[in-house]
This record gives sequence, structure tokens and C-alpha cells, in this order.
Amino acid sequence: MKIVKPGLQTTIQDAGRYGYQRFGVIVSGVMDQLAYRIGNLLVGNSNGEACLEMTMKGPEIEFEKDVLITITGGDFSPKINDEPVKMWRPIYIRAGSVLKFGACTVGFRSYLAVAGGIVVPEIMESRSTYLRAEIGGFEGRALDSGDSLTMGERSERADHIFQQLSDSEPPYMESDWFSAAEWGTEADQNGVIRVIQGREWNRFTRESQEKFTNTEYELTPQSDRMGFRFKGERLELSEQVEMISEAVSFGTIQVPSEGNLITLLADRQTTGGYPKIAQIASVDFSKVAQLKPGAKVRFKLVTHKEAESLYLEQERHLQQLEQGISLKLREGGES
Amino acid sequence: MKYELHPLGDSAVIVHLGDKISEETNVLVRNISLLLEEQPLPGMIEFVPAFTSVTVFYNPLKVLQNGKRNGKRKPDSPYELICGEIESAIHKIGPENKSEARNVEIPVCYGGELGPDIELVAQHNNLTTDEVIEIHTEAEYLVYMIGFAPGFPYLGGMSEKIAAPRKESPRLKIPAGSVGIAGSQTGIYPIETPGGWQLIGQTPLKLFDLDQDPPTLLRAGDKIRFHPISTTEFEKLKGGQE
Repeated sequence: MKIVKPGLQTTIQDAGRYGYQRFGVIVSGVMDQLAYRIGNLLVGNSNGEACLEMTMKGPEIEFEKDVLITITGGDFSPKINDEPVKMWRPIYIRAGSVLKFGACTVGFRSYLAVAGGIVVPEIMESRSTYLRAEIGGFEGRALDSGDSLTMGERSERADHIFQQLSDSEPPYMESDWFSAAEWGTEADQNGVIRVIQGREWNRFTRESQEKFTNTEYELTPQSDRMGFRFKGERLELSEQVEMISEAVSFGTIQVPSEGNLITLLADRQTTGGYPKIAQIASVDFSKVAQLKPGAKVRFKLVTHKEAESLYLEQERHLQQLEQGISLKLREGGES
Repeated sequence: MKYELHPLGDSAVIVHLGDKISEETNVLVRNISLLLEEQPLPGMIEFVPAFTSVTVFYNPLKVLQNGKRNGKRKPDSPYELICGEIESAIHKIGPENKSEARNVEIPVCYGGELGPDIELVAQHNNLTTDEVIEIHTEAEYLVYMIGFAPGFPYLGGMSEKIAAPRKESPRLKIPAGSVGIAGSQTGIYPIETPGGWQLIGQTPLKLFDLDQDPPTLLRAGDKIRFHPISTTEFEKLKGGQE
């Protein structure tokens, strides 16, 4: 597949680069893990294949071979040969077709998964792009016009639906079944983000704790894959805390001395030294990843136990979805 | 061994080993890291050592499945299960798990084009550049942790006599291998990045090299020493790596 126009920031990502944080190598990987995982399931990928992560403005891509793709995550009004196509379902595309995107209507990050995955060399066991160190992905950088990407071999599961859909007359064919996205990447622009108390929660004034959970915060444009900056009521510590750098995680909410909130995300550094007021519950990671600058959120405290149960429930949903999709892939295009 | 366990969200736990940066605490960090490396916990994704802590990242689902496999009906919380695993792992640490510190020599070509700020550092401390080099090379440094950038060592042990403030406006590009001073810290830039450290020299060694396994020259717990080399030696050593 050939990149005709690159879009705003289109990178190759997989689940992330794990096991190397202790060497100072950041995790990277997709921002919206749910959209990524569902995307791979829909095209029969089961080995953590790499996809394209697109940001706000999608690329224009010409397919040089017949392919099976799916688009998940944020809705950027995808079109094939200028006709709108639906998301969250496998789509067969005949060679020579062009995929374009229009307005970003829902969410902020969209994902293009292809059967067989996008193949680039694995660096430290991952294909994710680490932009700052120019490592991984496509030559360590965001995609540009003229880049040509290689696709891996379709799985047997993917092949079945590929055959079924490819019998069609038009140059592309969507499956008539799809994965419900409501519990996935329904980007809730006035959303409630569930959090658990961070390690320094008790170091903040009672007033700041209340402001944090009772007032609205707005995502600022100074936000990227490394972290989101929120503006709103400033938070204060009851006394100065001597912080020693330690590991941080996706969704860690820290408060530098000026009092604004920073949520650490996929390209976060491996360690951090600011007081941590809270940690976003894993169940809401996708919701956060899809926030647009200007979006308003409220943080709602849940207990650690609740966060665990919510995570496990989400994983069970995903397992059911995987079983459902396997069944559909086996049936092919029949409904 | 005294330690405290705290959750970092619903998929990680921080093992706190103290609240002061010290060599003693660093030994504990290193011993636990060694154990986790040799005997990874079931369901563990990775661990991240820092100044006074080791953080274990885990997959809650796998931790739970492993707990069930081992016939544990209770607790049903992945966090409690992993904490149990960490506690029994820590109790297993015996003399054989204690890692020896590695000694690493870092050749540095001081001053000149490779260390453009050495005179500033000297002036700031009323020293000659030779004295700055002498003080910088006579100390032994401990790698407390690797972070900030791939292979970047947080070093302890620099003399206050050569401390110098950061540059007011950071350089946009600092070459890989640059040795710098910021406040009372010294460090080495493993990859080309922007940065505000005062640069006093450069090492021809690669601190981050994807062809090596592990990809970093230094590891938390290493003891390092710098020694001065000439420009000719620098070029020769650098050339020998290409």
C-alpha cells in the first residue's frame, strides 16, 4: 500500500515495546488499545500485528494489492474511491482502490488494521514507532507521501472472509456484520473519567482533592502522545514534598508545581518525579485516548478494587467479542 | 528488608525500599531487580528499577489465571495475588541473589569542540580546566537508574566543586556521547537530543546500541569512572566502532 498523502501524524504502532523500560526505552504503541485490538480481531490478526494510528486528519492511501482492512477508533469519515464506508467491520478492497478520510467527527485517533498486519522490522520486539529516538515503525518516523508499506500474510481466518467478500462486483465490499463500538471507543466528549487515588493523593489539600473530583477540566492543545495537559482548577500540596523519581504508567495523573494536571500516555518517559494525584482506571484508557483538545472531562474516584473489576469485565467482553468474530470469520460473508 | 507495596493504577505495583537516595537502598533495588530478571513473576510484563523503588507491571488477567491454576480461590484480586508473589520473592532473596556491581571505565575527550562548556564550568568554580578534568575523573560514580532517554544514566557521586547551573537556553542538538554537568549532577547523553547541560567532553563509547543485547552500555547499579583521552584516541576509538 502506498501513502499518497500522510495526514496529520500517521505512525505505525502495535501494542507497545515492553520489557525495555528499565533501559530507558519508552513503551510507545497505540494510544487506544481497545480500538487496536478490535481492529486486529476483525481482520483475523492474532499476533499483535502492527496497524496505522492516524491523528485528527487521516492519510490518503492507494492499495496496490487486494486487501482486507478495517477501520476502528475515531471516526474520520473514511471513503473508498470517494464513497463513504462503514467502520468496525472487515472491508475487502480491490487493488487500485484509494482510501481517503474526511472530517474527524468522533474521537481524535483512528486505526487502520490490515489482514496480515503492516510489516516493518521488529526493534526490541516491537514495531511501534518511537519518534523521539527515531526507532521502530517506518524508519523511526511518521509516514510521508510516497512511502510504500508492506503487508504480512493473511491468516487462514482472514482468508475465508477475504474470499467471500472478494466475490463481489464493486471494487470494495463491507461485511454486513460489525463489532459494536459503544463500550469501546464511544468517544465521550463530556465524559466522566474514572480514576483511583494516586500515591501522593493525601499530600494534596482537602480543597484540592475536592476541586479535582468536583470540577470540570479541559484538554488543552498542548497535548500529544506523550501526555495530555488539562486546564482547570489548580491543585496544591498541603506541604512541599521531596519527590524521588520512580516509574510512571499510562494514565498517571501528575501535578507539576504550577498546579495543572498532566496525564501521561503512550510516549511517556519511563520515570517521573511529580506528585501523582490519581491514576486513570484501565477501563477508561480508550475514552481518554480519543479526547479532542477542548474536550471537558470530570474525574470520578473509584476504589482500586472497582478499577480491577472493571478491567476484568472489559477483558471478558473482549473475549466474547473475539469468539463472536471468530465465528463470523469462519462463516465468511454469510449472515 | 523493609519495604512497602503501593498500587500504581490497576496493573502495576511499586515496591518502595526507602525514602532517601543512598547506596544502601540502591543495593536493595539491584537485588530485587536481579531476582525479577532471573525468576520473572507469573503474569509480570516488566519491572522498572528507580532510585528507591522497583515497579512491577503486570497483566491482571494473567495474574488471576495463574492464581486460579495454583488452586488459590482467595484472594480474587490480581493486585493482592501479585503482592503475595512479590513478598515471597523478596523473602527468597538470599546471598546467592546479591549482584556484584560492575565496574565500567568511560574514556572521555575533555574540552575543545567536544566539550565547549568546560571553561564556563571552570570559571564558575574558580578552577582551571585541568582541575575540572582532575576532579571529574577522580570520583567513582554510581548508576542509580536509567531513564529520561534510552540508556541515560542518573549518576551519583559528583563533587560539588565542579557543579554548574544549566544553560539558560538549551541547545537544540547535543551529540550522542556528550558528557555534561547540570547542577551537582553529571551525565552522558546516549542519543542526540536537545538539552541544557554544560558540556565538558565526549565519550566515543555508544551508550545505546541496538545491535547489543541489552541495548545499553550501563545498567542500574554499575560503578563508573571517567578517564581522559586525547582527540586522536577519541577518533581512533570512535572509528573502531563503526
